[in-house]
Amino acid sequence: MMTRNAKVGLLLLAPAAVLLVAFTFYPTVATLIDSFYSTPRGRRPSEFIGADHFRTMMADPIFRIAMINNMIYAAVIIPGSMGLALAMALLVNARIGGRALVRLAFFTPTILPMIAVANIWMFFYAPDYGLIDQFLGLFGMGGNNWLGQPGTALWALIVITIWKLAGFFMIFYLAALQQIPPSLIEAATLEGASPSQRLRRVILPLLMPTTLFILINAVIEAFRLVDHVIALTRGGPNNSTQLLLHYIYQVAFSYWDTGYAAALSVALLLVLALIALVQFGVLDKRIHYR
Amino acid sequence: MKHLSLKLIALNLTAWTLAALWILPLVYAVWTAVHPPEYAATFDLFAPLTLDNFVRVWNSVPFDRYFINTVMLVLFVVISQFIVCTLAAYAFAVFPFRGSEWLFMAVLVQMMVMPEVLLVRNYATISSMGLVDTIPAIALPYLASAFGIFLFRQAFKSVPKELDEAARMEGAGPMQVLWRVYVPLAKPTYLAYGLVMVAYHWNNFLWPLIITNSVTTRPITVGLQVFSTVEQGIDWPTITAATLLSVAPLLIAFLIFQRQFVQSFMRSGIR
Amino acid sequence: MISLTRALFGSAALSLIALSPALAQTNITFFYPVQVGGPLTAVVDGYVADFQAQNPDIKVEAVYSGSYTDTTTRALTAARSGTPPTVAVLLATDIYTLIDSGVVEPVDTWIKTDADNTWVDGFMPAYLASARVDGNLWAVPFQRSTAVMYYNKEAYKAAGLDPETPPKTWDEMVEYGKALTTRDAAGNVTQWGLGIPGSSNAVHWMFGALVAQNKGKLSNEDGLYTFFDTPEVIGALQYFVDLSTKHGIHPPGVQEWGTTPSDFLEGRLAMAWHTTGNLGNIRTNAKFDFGVAPYPGNPDPASVLGGGNLYIFEGASDEEKAAAFEFIKFLTSDELLADWGIQTGYVAPRDGSWETQAMKDYVADVPQAEVARRQIAVSVPEISTFEGQRINEVLNAAIQSALTGQATAEAAMQGAQAEAERILSAYR
Repeated sequence: MMTRNAKVGLLLLAPAAVLLVAFTFYPTVATLIDSFYSTPRGRRPSEFIGADHFRTMMADPIFRIAMINNMIYAAVIIPGSMGLALAMALLVNARIGGRALVRLAFFTPTILPMIAVANIWMFFYAPDYGLIDQFLGLFGMGGNNWLGQPGTALWALIVITIWKLAGFFMIFYLAALQQIPPSLIEAATLEGASPSQRLRRVILPLLMPTTLFILINAVIEAFRLVDHVIALTRGGPNNSTQLLLHYIYQVAFSYWDTGYAAALSVALLLVLALIALVQFGVLDKRIHYR
Repeated sequence: MKHLSLKLIALNLTAWTLAALWILPLVYAVWTAVHPPEYAATFDLFAPLTLDNFVRVWNSVPFDRYFINTVMLVLFVVISQFIVCTLAAYAFAVFPFRGSEWLFMAVLVQMMVMPEVLLVRNYATISSMGLVDTIPAIALPYLASAFGIFLFRQAFKSVPKELDEAARMEGAGPMQVLWRVYVPLAKPTYLAYGLVMVAYHWNNFLWPLIITNSVTTRPITVGLQVFSTVEQGIDWPTITAATLLSVAPLLIAFLIFQRQFVQSFMRSGIR
Repeated sequence: MISLTRALFGSAALSLIALSPALAQTNITFFYPVQVGGPLTAVVDGYVADFQAQNPDIKVEAVYSGSYTDTTTRALTAARSGTPPTVAVLLATDIYTLIDSGVVEPVDTWIKTDADNTWVDGFMPAYLASARVDGNLWAVPFQRSTAVMYYNKEAYKAAGLDPETPPKTWDEMVEYGKALTTRDAAGNVTQWGLGIPGSSNAVHWMFGALVAQNKGKLSNEDGLYTFFDTPEVIGALQYFVDLSTKHGIHPPGVQEWGTTPSDFLEGRLAMAWHTTGNLGNIRTNAKFDFGVAPYPGNPDPASVLGGGNLYIFEGASDEEKAAAFEFIKFLTSDELLADWGIQTGYVAPRDGSWETQAMKDYVADVPQAEVARRQIAVSVPEISTFEGQRINEVLNAAIQSALTGQATAEAAMQGAQAEAERILSAYR
């Protein structure tokens, strides 16, 4: 016998459930299955090949590079954008002149499409006559091919991503900061806490739920955002800006090797699952959600 | 006091420098777009101003069509998400049953397993439904948003039980209670979530790139990319003009509503 | 709730109906990649309008679909989902990939009359060859190109070089490059002698010319073998690398294909390798006197053919394919190809086009336009293999690793050859 709650609840959940099954759970399982089958080509149909794709993957230097690049990308972008976002929120929350304008400047990149942002930055990064090089040229440090050198290309993309994300995360921090009762800060000040102590002992702990929320978003973006790779470098030079999702896109829709793309997707899913476990397991214990 | 004001000056300086740095790329884009091509990389304060770049772009790209497609897409996504996520969140918040917590955890999986990761398989699904190159095809994988369900559930949970009970006493059914009590009280959450989703789907690129292949469905991001990747090389003023045109509606809307936008975040309790 | 779900999918179906074309006419879709920064979409739309005026029962939907790579991806994606374009302009080199995927149909199925045969015979043999596989004609040459060298005549004069005699050999090119590379007081390079695009979407093409100049080749005729580790190919790569590292006349790292024309127009590059398809753009925007030179050689000059052919896709009805064939014939008439060449800079692949009055007037006015045509005699087909995009990526990454100093030319090419062997062995 179903309770009344269960009946109403399940009815209400039905649309979401149908969509989730169709576009999240079924494709996850199907991707897993696909990864054990060869890609059908012309006259040769798909057949079961066991773990062949995964063996190819282990030996595939591009996969290894994409994985390493994505780890660097995530490891810089997540703390970088979050730290900047917090700094921005604190600045905008402080008594500075023209707060609304400053806030606007920080937030504007967020609402621009990544693909448009990439176009603008491409001009910025242009060797010799791009704005950055013209500026550096004044000090005799011009002639940098930011997107054309493996040593700098990934970092050039990282800068764009942080520029775009920090303002978005700032809004969440700002909202949280403004909900901290002023009396708490005053009490801490009266007890003789210095500004940095107030930050560490009072403000940061109160921001913890927001931090977790932003962290989840930052992780998602670090593995999802490849629009600028497509627009600017297509993974080059020599795969130095190859990221996992971009490689999946390339293998699936340029090379039409859908079987191998499924195996690569499984690898990405595993990485995400691992991160999710760490997030919910370790961090959640330290934070009280309402 | 003198010590303090020095600090304030430093604070102001930091904030303003950072803000200037942050807005610089956009300013640079505007500069390029309103000058003739020969001034693209040369700084001359007295360079002649022109709107030719915009006119040329507008005449050579069906931006009007792309805008209509994008608006249709965004409306379809946001309205559907509101409906789907509201119902699910209502179930989780107000009608808990055995196992519903597990179901909620299952929903949260969608947060990490985002549609982009599954694009190969989702392409096959959409293709077998015969929906490739349609606007609903761009929207479908995003409709059951775990983010939305999560936020609405939070908002509904903070609604005082007494209000719910009072409405029931008056004989309202579950849907009426939802509509009369919960939705109005969660308005800031709807506004904040809606705005984030408008920005998200206005800017979304990879999935629409794959699933669309004609002018009648392409959203503005794909249209812009198709325009920018040229075989014969890049014409900076044209590209920046196209870029600015494509972001203009959202940018203008944001500039007008930015105060409300930020305040809705404050009130929504998203944190 | 059920009605809600139905409403969701129902609206999807509705929009499908709204998007499906009217049934009275034969409808064909046409995917094409060209630059639209200029008025070129208007040119294509004009062609389509003319065609429809002549053939009122056929309606053509022309879809601009980005770069060549993007257009191929898009066309293949659409074909796999059962909604292929009827006609598309795709790279000539995609031919093996398209045949292997089973998405294109031989054009000669539709060649029936004597007039049709005369039409086929009018194409230049070099371009026709790139459209033939196993005795079938799979495509029709359309916007063809060769790679050429644009050079800044004013920079030549400033460097004391004769603006009418561009370099003819590799050694001369280095010599010229050294004269043309200038630095400011701080030691920053203000003008590079030469720029050859090395970015992922183009370097396999540019490199093909260097290899041909060094008397090598990248792939064989049936698209099943590559020769990346031969001395000629490695030597060509070594020369490419040396331009920057040894001679200091080429910007370090990877020169971006997309920005190369503006680099040339901004005066950052005194000589730039690019496609003839860019002539229109350069001619409109150059503030200085420029020349177009055929490629040099080591010692015999050579260049590489490029550009796109028209393909007919499987999956359409016979009426649609027949309509598509009519459209293709319309697009490849002497007059139209001449006009397209004049508007864009692409090489009209028919001798007849060069005999039209419009073309003669144009060549008299812009003598640079004829350089590409004269160069065809010494041009080789570009690399074309099965799994073309993947093999190209392998080659591109290897070239880039050498250009950026991550590997020696030899190691890079040996690695690429091994990888290409692994991929292609499945097709032999």
